[in-house]
Amino acid sequence: MKILVAVKRVVDYNVKVRVKSDQSGVDIANVKMSMNPFDEIAVEEAVRLKEAGLVSEIIAVSCGSTQSQETIRTAMAIGADRGILVETEAELQPLAVAKLLKAIVGKEQPDLIILGKQAIDDDSNQTGQMLAALLNISQATFASKVQLADGKAIVTREVDGGLETISINLPAVITTDLRLNEPRYVTLPNIMKAKKKPLDILKPEDLSVDVAPRITTIKVAEPPTRSAGVMVADVKALVDKLKNEAKVI
Amino acid sequence: MTILVIAEHDNLSLKAATLNTVAAALLCGGDVHILIAGYQADAVAQAASQIPGVSKVIHADAPHLQYQLGENLAEQILALTAGSAYSHVLAPATAIGKNTLPRVAAKLDVAQVSDIMKVISADTFERPIYAGNAIATVQSGDPIKVITVRTTGFDPVANAGGNAVIEKISAVADSAISAFISKEINQSDRPELSAAKVVVSGGRGLGSAEKYHELLEPLADKLGAALGASRAAVDAGYVPNDYQVGQTGKIVAPQLYIAVGISGAIQHLAGMKDSKIIVAINKDADAPIFGVADYGLVADLFTAIPELISELG
Repeated sequence: MKILVAVKRVVDYNVKVRVKSDQSGVDIANVKMSMNPFDEIAVEEAVRLKEAGLVSEIIAVSCGSTQSQETIRTAMAIGADRGILVETEAELQPLAVAKLLKAIVGKEQPDLIILGKQAIDDDSNQTGQMLAALLNISQATFASKVQLADGKAIVTREVDGGLETISINLPAVITTDLRLNEPRYVTLPNIMKAKKKPLDILKPEDLSVDVAPRITTIKVAEPPTRSAGVMVADVKALVDKLKNEAKVI
Repeated sequence: MTILVIAEHDNLSLKAATLNTVAAALLCGGDVHILIAGYQADAVAQAASQIPGVSKVIHADAPHLQYQLGENLAEQILALTAGSAYSHVLAPATAIGKNTLPRVAAKLDVAQVSDIMKVISADTFERPIYAGNAIATVQSGDPIKVITVRTTGFDPVANAGGNAVIEKISAVADSAISAFISKEINQSDRPELSAAKVVVSGGRGLGSAEKYHELLEPLADKLGAALGASRAAVDAGYVPNDYQVGQTGKIVAPQLYIAVGISGAIQHLAGMKDSKIIVAINKDADAPIFGVADYGLVADLFTAIPELISELG
């Protein structure tokens, strides 16, 4: 069984981004970039399924700039066997990425596609569901547990108010939530090994996919700031403020 | 222009998130229809027909719609959007909405605008990016706007006074590629976290699951509050995952948010900074949470919380 994992290069989750003064976007020049944390969980899950003997090959795919090769190499250091980069400097929106991934799925015919539930830059939470729809296959989003058996996946999902377990027919798309697993640290020997793994580079044109954006960003602004209020001396003063000033209790 | 709103419900009752979503729909302008896709959900359809501003309730009822699995729900919506009867499709950004709507958008070959917090015009919206550290104003050029709505961004419309017609439609066929197995819903008599007027939230400062429950439950009882937690407290196993307030958990905006022993990571602030009044109780005077709190109290929470409970009478 073959798994395809999609990985995205994003601003590292520890970086506090700054909005550009001309409001054209956020400043990502000279900022640390990393693999989207949810995608790291996706790669880890695929590698664990392989280590359990259920999977024979893991392909890591990324769509984006040439530097996304680094992200694919990281996926390989975790344990992906080979990589595909769909290289473009153009802005890619979720629908375009889903179409690119659909084209790759058409070539590679994986049984399972695992993606992060959302990227921590645009916070869209769309690509996995869109890919499943374009392929007319089932999906299990926000997964916190995955089991494979008899051409199906049994997936526990994090939903409002608790957990839901569903069964999906393979091939299928799974998107990962935070608690699915804890990704391993990549070791130096594995980083060295990853450098030798095959990585193919394609262009969107090679896949005949139109990646033109459908949504225009008019401006990007700082969120309204909330200013600090007052410090109160003790619990009595707090209760007094809440009762008589804020009138919320 | 006619706008289709996908109702949030559990087949028994209409969830409040629907009312916030209708509010967003009315701001887009045009006629508003509501889709109830479920099983034996007549009471939900009745409730939806009472929402002022809604002109039609569309009710599809079938066993395979009971759990609103993404594949079937998306097809049910697509059966309605065929022939471009609708200019917009809106759903709350709940687990069901987020799971389903991108499927609809992809099949319509249109983009989705996720998690809008403001309607600027019928095609232009504000949405948070980078965990709420920036707000993007985006314009959709597609013929049908497919949108999920951050419910805390919109005041709910009333749930009574309207008189919409209810139209029963036939359900789409079961896709049969996915199936519901089970659901574990955390039982609680408290209000739902994302809709509560008061939220009491605990962090790692509480030190243990025992202390979390021992200190915060009586406080929440006193205030009729929902209980929440920081990611650190969830990761430490004090409470289940669905207590988590933050960018990767629930987004809340209650009238009163009391953060107890929470330092205030960006991740957490993104989930609660739209609360009307924020109270922070923490022994570390430098904790970032004080930067957003209306009222801050530097104190040992193990003595301050019992004192607070007794002060509240």
